[in-house]
Formats: sequence, structure tokens, C-alpha cells
Amino acid sequence: MIDKKKYILSLENIRKTFPGVTALDNVTFRAEAGEIHALVGENGAGKSTLMKIIAGIYSPDNGSIRLGGNIVEISSPGKAQSLGIGMIHQELALVPYLTVGQNIYLGREPHRYLKAFIDWKKLYNMAEEQLGALKLEVDPKTFVIDIPIAQQQMVEVAKALSINAKIIIMDEPTSALTDKETRILFGVMRSLKEQGITIIYISHRLEEIFEIADRVTVLRDGLHIATSLISDLSQDDIVRMMVGRELGDLYPKNTIPQENCILEVKNLSSGKLLKDINFHLNKGEVLGISGLIGAGRTELARAIFGIDSFDSGEIFIDGTKVSINSPGEAIRMGLGFLTEDRKEQGLFMGMSVRENITIGVLKKFSTFGFPSFRKLKILAGKFIKQMNIRTPNVNQKVKNLSGGNQQKVLIARWLNLNPGILILDEPTRGIDVGAKAEIYALIDRLAGEGVGIILISSELPEIIGISDRIIVIRQGEITGEFTREEVTQDKIMQCAAAGGRYAS
Amino acid sequence: MHLKEADLKDFLRKYSVAMILLIMIIALSLFSWRFLRPSNLINISLQTSIVAIVAIGMTFTILTGGIDLSVGSVVALSGALASGFIVRNGFPLYSAITLALLIGVGIGMLNGLLIVKGNIPPFVATLAVMAIARGLTLVYTQGRPISGMGDDFVYWGSGKIGLLPVPVLILIIVLILSYIVLRHTQFGLYVYAIGGNEETARLAGINNDRSKISVYMISSFTASLAGILLTARLWSAQPNAGVGLELEAIAATVLGGTSLMGGYGGTGGTVAGAFIMGVLANGLNLLEISAYSQRVIKGVIFILAVMFDIYTKKEKKKG
Ligand SMILES: Nc1ncnc2c1ncn2[C@@H]1O[C@H](COP(=O)(O)OP(=O)(O)OP(=O)(O)O)[C@@H](O)[C@H]1O
Ligand SMILES: [Mg+2]
Repeated sequence: MIDKKKYILSLENIRKTFPGVTALDNVTFRAEAGEIHALVGENGAGKSTLMKIIAGIYSPDNGSIRLGGNIVEISSPGKAQSLGIGMIHQELALVPYLTVGQNIYLGREPHRYLKAFIDWKKLYNMAEEQLGALKLEVDPKTFVIDIPIAQQQMVEVAKALSINAKIIIMDEPTSALTDKETRILFGVMRSLKEQGITIIYISHRLEEIFEIADRVTVLRDGLHIATSLISDLSQDDIVRMMVGRELGDLYPKNTIPQENCILEVKNLSSGKLLKDINFHLNKGEVLGISGLIGAGRTELARAIFGIDSFDSGEIFIDGTKVSINSPGEAIRMGLGFLTEDRKEQGLFMGMSVRENITIGVLKKFSTFGFPSFRKLKILAGKFIKQMNIRTPNVNQKVKNLSGGNQQKVLIARWLNLNPGILILDEPTRGIDVGAKAEIYALIDRLAGEGVGIILISSELPEIIGISDRIIVIRQGEITGEFTREEVTQDKIMQCAAAGGRYAS
Repeated sequence: MHLKEADLKDFLRKYSVAMILLIMIIALSLFSWRFLRPSNLINISLQTSIVAIVAIGMTFTILTGGIDLSVGSVVALSGALASGFIVRNGFPLYSAITLALLIGVGIGMLNGLLIVKGNIPPFVATLAVMAIARGLTLVYTQGRPISGMGDDFVYWGSGKIGLLPVPVLILIIVLILSYIVLRHTQFGLYVYAIGGNEETARLAGINNDRSKISVYMISSFTASLAGILLTARLWSAQPNAGVGLELEAIAATVLGGTSLMGGYGGTGGTVAGAFIMGVLANGLNLLEISAYSQRVIKGVIFILAVMFDIYTKKEKKKG
């Protein structure tokens, strides 16, 4: 018999279905006061859904929620807040043209005169304090749209802290944070824990979980698999429970690059963002680009892909000089670019999986401008199977997929175009280990087929694991280049940070 | 001092309307000596005040990411009702005005309910209500103007306090009130929040429905007010009053820097936008450009304003 009083929060036999999907099936989840409880599982396992039930966004089809022993009904986000439950959402959810301070206290503004007027001075003072606690040097009066993504993520944290919650849910808060900011966040989490606050922490980075969590709950396909003390488990145990099978080599590497150069960039400069960048990419090669968030890696990719113009420099594809002025031209020249921000720049969230996968090849499957939906459906189905995309059917809207599966849909779209050069910007952000392994295997396979791949990544193990060659960028400049054989994490970190803004 | 592109955009985002207005005024006063005469300036203010009042309400709806196409019809309806109540029913002046305003606000509530509860896109809902309100006006007036309201009514459109015409004074009051509401109240903040990211606002526990219905009520209120002022200025209620006014109000809002996507902008810019159009029309008149060509020029200006809006809002990806 379990002592229910011990748990500040307990969810019993929770069931939640969406049309065509059973997201949660008879899940039980219990958290103790003052613990950091990690929640792990593959993409689509139901983690976010379970948390949204606690935060009052979804109501369960079945099951009960107890808070401090009493059954509660959490009917709305507002109700959850008043019960002391705060949530940091997986997808950033700030209002772009409100200030940092306004975002933090949105819905809970300090007021005066008849409760209708906002006390701005008080609000900004409070915001200042909240940001200070997070060591975040941001003026609370700046618009959110004007600060970098990593800082926006920290603003989300400040927002969740500001409700004086007893329970804080963090759904992948570190996926867009730099290492330094992750450290700060962990510090904050530890001090919250000391104050007796419960934190439920979702992350696909298992190292983080071993560092910070006390206990862990594993979900798989909407089922509760296990809850255990973290000290009783090894990383392999967790992976096995998540995936439900033994996972082979995470970083397969079966191919070696060919001799001929397919892409060469010479003396590329663009304002302060990029300074005299030179590099080349061979057929079948995986070129890793490492560096800190904000170092100019994405800018480089955008310049090559014709999204942003640059001041000077030349680009050669297959030895011929080219000028690429738009993404359309880049695609016609055989380039593909998987953006880091899949929600804003990649996917059509309101459209179906089929439409998203096949939108680039409509013409090929059309007669007189009328696409053959049968063929497109088959094509999409092929990718869903090949890449193991979890969706009830090809017509599901992409916004209803879990984050990791959205990413796979985006990759499928690019593969459809058979690019000769594929730029992947943080391709595994927010993706579970199983899917990561699949994506790495895919990268290896593509390289084997002769595709040149540029991999931008902030995760060192990943970039070291699958690149043939790695260049490091710091503040818009190439500061190091290593072959697969000579590279180490330390060498990369030194080039990335020495004298840089994030040096510590 | 080095101006970065972002700073420049920010500066333009904030002050471009005022600058454009200033440049236009300077240019026009160089072209035509009549432009700067006090009588002409007062005339411009008077002409602009009606559009500007309507546009202030419009700004609220656009800030939430919506739009209100029914304002022109509401202008006509409220003018007709207020006049009719006085002339046909013998209501006292202020009861007639109050009642007309209330009915106007009721139409705004209808807009809001259709959008929020009926889940109809604002464009469609207010387009339908635009037809309904115009129809009601025509039915009520039987297609004929109503006049003979008496001097105390006409005062509201043609009277002056000191140098200032009454409608201009009312515009100033409405502008100040709208500024306070948008910048200092909870409701005002929620208007921006909803336009910026509706889902986030909902997750923050904000009652989006209530705020959305309110903005359409505000929009109809300012339209009704403008309708009464217009009727008072013209000495009669015209069943066709305010046709096309929604376009002018939207143009003023967008010219004034409010984003059509919602979430960014304000009523100060909107009034400046309305004055840009007023000054332009006046200038074109002084330069003796035909009314037909003026329409083309206005359309071009509108497109330029939207392009400008897009330019200043386009941010570069960081990362
Ligand atoms: N609003 C919705 N409508 C339909 N299906 C949904 C909806 N929300 C989630 N699902 C489905 O429910 C399942 C669980 O999704 P959930 O977002 O909880 O996964 P997750 O564990 O958070 O995954 P990830 O690690 O990728 O974020 C998925 O199959 C997803 O497609
Ligand atoms: Mg999730």
C-alpha cells in the first residue's frame, strides 16, 4: 500500500486520447515534495500531454489528480496557477511585442486603482528582481522579440518562477540554452529544491538527468514503464526502458568521404556576423560546424542558402562559381537546409503530414497542375515508415505531432528533394535517443550515397561522433579545424570559447 | 554614435509616422501658401477628426489581430437613429444621443459574439454586420436624409470652443482615453497580448473572449460617436454616410504603424496616420488634382505604408 500523503502531486490511472491516438493509457505519476523528478520517453511517448493535464490545458478522459492528498480538478491554466503549478512549455510561448517584464507577469500584473490600472513601476521592479535571481542581464523593458532565443528561454523560466509555484514543470527547457545558461538554470533548480519546491523536468539529454534529478519516470507509447531513484539506474537502463529494445551503436560511421569537392566557400564576409570564412566540403563528407549559440553558424548557413545577403566572398558548387540569391535558387542548385527553428521557419503547422512532406515535389507528381494525391500519399507513407514517424495517419496535422516527430517530417521533406548538399542546423534538438540514432544512421547513409552534409550542432558528442571533419566558429570567424581522428571535446571548447563572450 | 540596422528599424518603427507627417506639412507649405493658413489647418483637423475617431476604435480590433469592417455602416446607423429619435420621436437631445450610442455598442457586441462564440473570422463576421447595419439604416431612413435636429445638435458638429471645433476636441479626448486604456490598464495589455500570441495569452489565464468582445464594442462605440458628430456637422443624417470609411480607418491605422497581424502599434500613430491622409487630401486639393486621381494616389500611399510596415517588422534570425 502506498502512502499517498507522501506525495505532493499524484496522478492516478490517467487516460487521454486524441482522435486516432492514445496519448496516455492508464498512467500513474507521483511526485514528492521538494524533489526533482525527471520525466523521460521517446518522442510522442506522452510526456508533454501528461504535463499539460497537470497544467490545466487538457483534461483527462479518465483518472484522478491529487494535490497534497486532496482530489482536485484542474480545469484551466488559470486554475493551475492558483493551485501553485507553473509550467515552462516545450515550444517557446512568449508574446513577441510585449516587453520582458510584461511577459513575465502576463495575467498577473500588479495593479492599483480599482484593479484596472497596472502599476508599471512595481511590475518592472519585480521583474528586475526575478531576472536578477536568474543572473540574467536583460532590461525588463526590452521587447522579447529583440533578445536571443536562449534569453527568451530564461524569461520563460523567470515567468514560471514568478508565480511562487509549489510545483514547476519544465518541458525541455535546455534545448535552446547555452552551456553556461544551463548551469545557471541548474543552480536555480537546486535552490528551488532546497525551498521545498517540486520540479518535474523533461529532457532528452540523459547526462542532464543524471546530474540534476532525484527520481525518474519513464513513459513509452503512453504507458508508464517505471519510476525509480536515478541512482539505481544506468543510462543504458533508461534508454532500454524508453526504447523498449537494445539500442546499437549510437554513432554509426560506415562511410568515408570521396575526393571531389562539391562545395567551396571563399572569403565570405558579412558585416560583423561573418568574417572571412573559408572552407570546402567533399562529396559524401560530413562536415561538422561547432561553436557557441550566437557564434554565427546559422548566419553562415543562411548566407550560403541565399536567405541573407553577404558583403563579399564567393561560393563554388562542383567547381563552378555560383551566386545564390534566394532559397529557391539554392534548392535548384541541389542545396537543402534544415532550419533550427522548425516551428517558425520550417513546418506548415496547420497542414497535414502528407502536405508537409510532399510540398516540395508537387510538380513532379502533377499532370496539368493537378497533383496526384494517391501518389503523394504513397510517397509520404514511405517516409513515415522509413523514418519511423509516429502519426496515426498521413492526414494528421503537423501541429498535433510531438516535437521530435515534427522534426522528422521536416527532414523527410528535404530528403524528398534529393539534395546533393544538405545543411542540417541542430537536427536533433528536442529529439529522443532512439530517433537520434535513426537520424545519425540516416546521415551516414546519405553520406554513403554521396551527399555532402554540413552539420551544425551544439551537442559535442554528436558532432564528434558523426563528423569526418569539424570546423569551429567563434564570433563569426573560423578558429579551428580538426579531422575526425584528432578532435576532442576540449579542443573544440577551447576554440569556441577562448576570449569569447561565454568564456568562464 | 553608430546606428545599427536594428536600432534604425526600431526608431522608424516608433517615429516614422510623425516624421512623414512633418515632412508632408513642410513640403505642402512650400508648394502652396494657402496651406498654412489657420483656417485651412482647422479645416483639415475638422475633416480628419471623424476618420480619426473611427480609426482609434479600429486600432483596438486590429491590435488583437482582428478587423472591423462594419464601422462605416455603424456611422450611418447611429447618425440616423440619433436624428430620428429627435425629429420623429421628440426625444431630448442627450437621451437620443445616448440611446444611439448604446445601440451602436450593441452592434459591436454582436460582432464580438459572432467572432468569439460563433467562431466566425472577424473579416467575415463584420462584413456581414456591415451589410446588416447598412440595411437597417436604409430601412429606418427609407433611403432619405433626416434633418431638422435643431441648433443644439448641430453644435456638436459645427460648434467651436475657442479656436477648436467640437469634433476635434472630442477626438483629443478619445485619443487620451484610448492611450490610457491601452498603456495603463490590464485590458489594454491583454489587447496586445492577444494580438501577439493568442495561445500564450490563454495559457496565462487571460479571458481572451471577454477582451475580444470588448474591442469590437469599443470600435462600434467610436464609430457611433463619429456618426453622430458627422451628422451634426452635415446638419442631416445621410443614409449613405460613411460608405468606404472602413478602408480609410484601416489605412490610417496601418499608416500609423499598427501591424495588421496584431500585437504592435497604438492609437497615437493611428491619429497621425489619419492626419497624413487628411493633409494629403487637402494638399492634393490645393494643388488642384482631381478627386478621381486622388483615389489612385491614396491607394498607392496605402501600399507604401504596408510595405514600410513589413520592412520595419522584419527581424533577422539570431542564433
Ligand atoms: N492536440 C493533439 N491532437 C492530436 N494528437 C496529439 C495532440 N497532442 C499530442 N498528440 C499526440 O499524442 C502523443 C503524445 O504526444 P506528446 O506531445 O505528449 O509527446 P512527448 O512525449 O512530449 O514527445 P516529444 O519528446 O517529442 O515532445 C503523440 O502521438 C502526439 O502526436
Ligand atoms: Mg513534448
